Amino acid sequence: MNIFDITGPVMVGPSSSHTAGAVKIGNVCRKLTGEKITEADILLHGSFLATGRGHGTDKALVAGLMGFAVDDSRIPDSFRIAEEEGLKYRFGAIDLGEEAHPNSVRLNLTSKSGRKLEVQASSIGGGRIMINQIDGLEANFSGDLPTLIVHNLDQPGHVAEVTSMLEHKSVNIATMQLYRSGRGGHAVMVIECDQEIPRESLKWLEHLEGIEKVTYYSLQEL
Amino acid sequence: MYHSLEEITEVCREENLPFWKAVILEDCKEEGITEEESMERMQEIYTAMRDSDRNYDPDLYSASGLVGTDAQKLRVYHEGGESMVGDFCGRIMERALRVAESNACMKRIVAAPTAGSCGVMPAVLISLQEKYNFTDRKMVESLYVASGIGGVIAMRACLAGAEGGCQAEIGSASAMASGAAVYLLGGSPEAIIHGSAMALSSLLGLVCDPVAGLVEVPCVKRNVIGALNAVSSADLSLAGIRSRIPPDEVIDAMKSIGRSLPSDLKETGRGGLAATAEGQKIRDLLHGIR
Repeated sequence: MNIFDITGPVMVGPSSSHTAGAVKIGNVCRKLTGEKITEADILLHGSFLATGRGHGTDKALVAGLMGFAVDDSRIPDSFRIAEEEGLKYRFGAIDLGEEAHPNSVRLNLTSKSGRKLEVQASSIGGGRIMINQIDGLEANFSGDLPTLIVHNLDQPGHVAEVTSMLEHKSVNIATMQLYRSGRGGHAVMVIECDQEIPRESLKWLEHLEGIEKVTYYSLQEL
Repeated sequence: MYHSLEEITEVCREENLPFWKAVILEDCKEEGITEEESMERMQEIYTAMRDSDRNYDPDLYSASGLVGTDAQKLRVYHEGGESMVGDFCGRIMERALRVAESNACMKRIVAAPTAGSCGVMPAVLISLQEKYNFTDRKMVESLYVASGIGGVIAMRACLAGAEGGCQAEIGSASAMASGAAVYLLGGSPEAIIHGSAMALSSLLGLVCDPVAGLVEVPCVKRNVIGALNAVSSADLSLAGIRSRIPPDEVIDAMKSIGRSLPSDLKETGRGGLAATAEGQKIRDLLHGIR
């Protein structure tokens, strides 16, 4: 936290959690897909569902998916702009259960090349957010750091492959989480890094045996 | 970020620094940025505050229809010469409504410290600049004073209605604006923190009870009392009056009150004004059209 978190941010109202946080969730989704999003099924949970319309959460999410910043004055017009830009969106309700944060949303996204991505995220206060799941698997990260998400078969050696690649590229690991569906099933590692990972290293990773999917969240603009 | 207001005044005393300088030096060190970069950013924040006041649309209502056009009504009333509080306070009241209504109408504002309390600081600061012709540079300095105070509140207590009730939002904004006002009028570091402490003391216990869970009723109008309370507390301090309870302990009291408040009164929309018959009627109506 710094003094610009106290006086600031500059943002479109009315709520840091329900509006600015929602824009940020959209921003992270856009960067996760790595290309223009063409379709979005947006399912609101809890307080996002109950007070989202009054807080402009719906408009903020769509604005975020198009890459608008939290202080972009076009946020209230995002529905109209989405139509012009060819982003089809639908809103619905979902109950993500007691465990989910009250300000949560699940997004089913399709991007330009037909790639699909499912993201579950929450706005945890003061405009800060958490991505909770990607494609149905746990993935808790804030979107404040470059983040690598690797889906792989639960076999020995994949963590070592990924971390040696990072070492080789002089990328320092800030946080690391491992999850799996069950022994020998599907596993996912979520690694927040202090530096950006080179694109060619991600490509190399994708082609390794046992690696099912590589998703990278970069702080750089698309 | 400093952990106590006393610590800031100590740094000011020991190193013979103005309050704002003690704040900016500490922050630049922590963030690894230069003073120049920081000042440039703060100037942008001040410009955004002024824009949020200037860009008020007198015809606009929020999506729920609960707020809008009130700042304009107040202006017409003041211009008719009927106002009791006079020009300066009248301008402050109007600005607080302008910015807070703009926030509810999805316009661009500066969260200071939160979006719900965004009208307090611009109302006080812009009105003071208008009255005394302070330079922008001086206004930017006063924003560091306010941010230093807000930072201590964030470290010792909290700035979110969901955590501490409205006292943490409007109360903190009022304490920040009061300290900034004392600084602008030439008060000492000690006077600054006592202005803040008296402002916060007067709003202790204020609950967060938004109708239908929206940042509208009573949030928008509470910006008015936050702003007026900031200037009256600043005047108290500049007159040499002091908070009998040390400023840091006032912040600690805010934290403990926040903890004692039931969750119904902390941004859940379940207690207080939100739970009145009318409040529930509005909620049901709005949820019906969701």
